[in-house]
Amino acid sequence: MSLKSNLHDLKEKYKGKKMAPAFNALHTFLYLPNDTTHNGTHIKAADDLKRTMNTVIIALVPCLIFGIFNAGYQHYLALGEIESAKGFLGASFWSLDNLILGAWTVLPLVIVSYGVGLAVEFLFAVIKGHEVEEGYLVTGMLVPLIVPIDIPLWMLAVAVVFGVVIGKEVFGGTGMNILNPALTIRAFLFFAYPTWMTGDKVWVHGAVERAGTADAISGETILGSYAQNNAVAYDYWDMFWGLIPGSVGETSKVLIIIGALFLIFTKVGSWRIIVSTLIGALAMGLIFNGVVDSGWISETSKFYGLMSVPFWQHLIIGSILFGAVYMATDPVTASQTNKGKWIYGFLIGFISIMIRVFNPAYPEGVFLAILLMNVFAPTIDHYVIQGNVKHRMNRIKVKAA
Amino acid sequence: MSKDIRIKKGLNINLVGAAELVTSKASLSNVYVLNLQDFHGISPKILIKEGAEVKAGEALFYNKKHENMLFVSPVSGELIEIKRGDRRRIISLKISASKTQEHIEHAIPNLSNASIADVKAFMLKTGCWPFIKQRPYDVIADPETSPKSIFISGYATAPLSANLDYTLKGKEKELQAAVTALSKLTTGKVHVSHSGSGSPLADLQGVEHHNISGPHPAGLVGTQINKIDPINKGELVWVASPQDLVIIGEAFLTGKFNAERTIALAGSSVKNPKYYTAIIGAEIATFLYASGVNEEKFRVINGDVLTGVKSSQSGNLGYYNTTVTAIPEGDDYEFFGWNKPVFNKISNSRALTFSWLTPHKKFDLDTNTNGEHRNFVITGSYEEVFPLDIYPMQILKACLYKDLDEMEALGMYEVAPEDFSLTEFICVSKQPHQDIIRKGLDLMIKEIG
Repeated sequence: MSLKSNLHDLKEKYKGKKMAPAFNALHTFLYLPNDTTHNGTHIKAADDLKRTMNTVIIALVPCLIFGIFNAGYQHYLALGEIESAKGFLGASFWSLDNLILGAWTVLPLVIVSYGVGLAVEFLFAVIKGHEVEEGYLVTGMLVPLIVPIDIPLWMLAVAVVFGVVIGKEVFGGTGMNILNPALTIRAFLFFAYPTWMTGDKVWVHGAVERAGTADAISGETILGSYAQNNAVAYDYWDMFWGLIPGSVGETSKVLIIIGALFLIFTKVGSWRIIVSTLIGALAMGLIFNGVVDSGWISETSKFYGLMSVPFWQHLIIGSILFGAVYMATDPVTASQTNKGKWIYGFLIGFISIMIRVFNPAYPEGVFLAILLMNVFAPTIDHYVIQGNVKHRMNRIKVKAA
Repeated sequence: MSKDIRIKKGLNINLVGAAELVTSKASLSNVYVLNLQDFHGISPKILIKEGAEVKAGEALFYNKKHENMLFVSPVSGELIEIKRGDRRRIISLKISASKTQEHIEHAIPNLSNASIADVKAFMLKTGCWPFIKQRPYDVIADPETSPKSIFISGYATAPLSANLDYTLKGKEKELQAAVTALSKLTTGKVHVSHSGSGSPLADLQGVEHHNISGPHPAGLVGTQINKIDPINKGELVWVASPQDLVIIGEAFLTGKFNAERTIALAGSSVKNPKYYTAIIGAEIATFLYASGVNEEKFRVINGDVLTGVKSSQSGNLGYYNTTVTAIPEGDDYEFFGWNKPVFNKISNSRALTFSWLTPHKKFDLDTNTNGEHRNFVITGSYEEVFPLDIYPMQILKACLYKDLDEMEALGMYEVAPEDFSLTEFICVSKQPHQDIIRKGLDLMIKEIG
């Protein structure tokens, strides 16, 4: 008896039982199911939701690997044990030490995120008797990439439970949720444990425990430096390659761009949202640059630092690019009409930079902007669709006239 | 004057097993079956008893709502069984064919001066009426109404469907008689779309010609209505398929209901896919095994692979279809089928699926769903294959939550289930779009009428 037929027998045995969804989730992970079409179309295209989600994960893997190395690199660099790497391929970056330390700190985040999240998903699937949905495969990968490196694992676990239950399951699971679950998790952490989510101590491994001691190291992000009108210690290429402190997966702009191109090419990510988000961010950046140029605010203003950042530079600092590519494009929580996607993306970019500049205490506004627009996406869609409805009504009026 | 219509959005599904342009005569069946499922929304009232002799063209039952709308026997013989299901609902009628075929002959109205009432009465009593369908709702037309226009699509784009330029060749006289008759029934125009000057429909008189081109669903009449003269609330459009017009036309020329038509037998499970002439209700086995089959486990579909009805080797040719397709059953598991690169299946994404590399390759698809049923998740992909000026996902969701006002506002009067066959094919969540739309339309018939 082969594995295939053994599993088939087991599936038949558990059919209709409580644990069937849990078994099927594992079974369909190994084998594409033997379901056939009924009436309707007798043939179906090759893609299913698992394949779609898998494509997003593939696009995220480079960011995760880079994040692992970067975790080690930032730690040893802050301790002064290694030279700063010159460029993306710098020898002091891709070293075994960085990999080991990074893996030791980042992989537990991944394991907790997937373990806790999938446990909640399986639980809900068994209770509600539906199949385990794939949505969490992406969420579980995103979560470790958007948190600070030293976040305590129990905090992450609590946040994941909150995010999956309140962000998704109460609405009916993947496809029904209003808010992006990964960002719900981040928002929960942000408001429940702000000291672990912001400041200059959380972005480099080991910085928190050394704080106040003689070995104290700084792990300030570029946004933090700008917000406090400090000089920024990194050049533009460091920001682009990603050799800077920040959330685990958000730093390497070049890998995010590669991921974005992959998502656009596979038609899994909406290029409309990605492009319009960037346009929105640039537009807001230009407006602020204009404000600074015309001398409306002085150098002593607390907004001066971030407002005077050249507009294009906003794209390579902070998590705006990561948010635009992997978060804003979540099809469930974004606008669903093509026209709506342009408006939705533009506003995300626009509001992200606005929050970034006007809220120097917590200078990253991307996740708040996306969550805000998640809430407004159905409204945007409503007006776009009303356009189509009006168009149809006008046809009758033209006839009657 | 013909007008050009070019459809850009859509998807041509190239499959192995297109029918070769050769026609054979299917051997006569012993038993002919009319499936009541083919007549959506009709409640039948049986006119003759089991065991009675019928002639070809003799009425078997009528529609309870319109007593003069007759449904006739395709062959002469004995009505051997009226099969019933739950609550004595009639499922099918079985007729054992006699050796010699006798047709009922009706007096032919003179088309040049026949009144509307004459044409309607003739079509109703000869059994030709059920070939006329109406939009909205995609049901058999109500003979007491008058449509704003009539649409005929002579351009078949559905995968493996019969090539109408081939099957209609030599039937120009019948087609002309039928459109002349139909043109009396509408105050508006009769719109005929076809592939251009080579089409047997190209020389029809008294109609509005449209040259249509582009990928599937360009050939669906719903697409053409949307582009030429969209249906508004309160308006009626009738549609008829050209193969059925041949039967209508012949009735107007000879007074007989001749249910014989040319059908395509296609699909990768068929050894020698080609064309057959067969009578409506004929046993599929009579021509399927003449062509031979490639494998043991296959599915016989009455119609094309996107909109057809599941049948079997012992099934019978449906009332409306011009194609019978046989494709392999896909009830097997595929190891890591959800994440490994796919070269042998069609996809309109590029998520490690490589059908975009080979746009002209012919694929051998089976009936596997390639994944499990899920909620709607992915957005924006339906629009790429849906040329109608309608939001497909939103209207499907409106049908699911049964909001009649929204369904109406979003354009439910313009759609038929078949218009959603391509979105259903590419649906990542494997939702049954055509079924959702059919149920939505039925709900509207019930609530709005």
